[in-house]
Amino acid sequence: MAEKRTYEVVFIVDPDTADDEVMRLSEGVQKIITTQGGSITKTEMMGKRQLAYEINHKKDGTYVLLEVEGSGAEIAEVERRMRVNDQILRYMTVRVDEMRRRAEKLKDRRARKAAKQPSNGKAKPVEAEPDSDEEESAA
Amino acid sequence: MSANYEDRDFGFEREYDRTMPRGPRRMQRRKICRFCIEKVDLIDFKDVKLLQSYVPERGKILPRRISGVCATHQRMLAEAIKRARNIALLPYAAD
Repeated sequence: MAEKRTYEVVFIVDPDTADDEVMRLSEGVQKIITTQGGSITKTEMMGKRQLAYEINHKKDGTYVLLEVEGSGAEIAEVERRMRVNDQILRYMTVRVDEMRRRAEKLKDRRARKAAKQPSNGKAKPVEAEPDSDEEESAA
Repeated sequence: MSANYEDRDFGFEREYDRTMPRGPRRMQRRKICRFCIEKVDLIDFKDVKLLQSYVPERGKILPRRISGVCATHQRMLAEAIKRARNIALLPYAAD
């Protein structure tokens, strides 16, 4: 498990908790991660917003987003803590490094395609088809 | 059930008309994938505004035969919508 992974951790805090309490919670989570050997690359307080559905009879919640880099062990620990914390209504962790890599690949492929396009524009009649169809139907 | 989708206006271009007699030449206008045009590589589950335009009132994911999104992007979109649902950014089902 030497490889480094990137995760996005989102959690929803009870709307009744004060702002500084939310800050403290978030700092607590960050501390757990750093002591477990992970690092925080981004923190974002997304603020209070309405929930799309009720969770624990609450209609809104405070969203906190963290971006974490690490092996995955710290995520397990954080999730374990969040599970028992009553102030945290919901949490979700998404692994983003693989997603981003895939996006990067798509970008590369498109760039290559774009570079190729002008040279063999004539060899691809597919490109012109939608236009010619429109003209025919208009006439 | 599926008929409702076609009655409503989702802001997508719909130049097809089912009642029109379809001759051999008559072609339905090909709907184009908005994400391909905008060159989107990643659909973020936190982008609620964007995702909302692909979930009609009922809360279901808009099928791509209606929106014209390409298969690749529909897959990303579905994933993002499901994630957003998990953290209550989008409803699982609206009444």
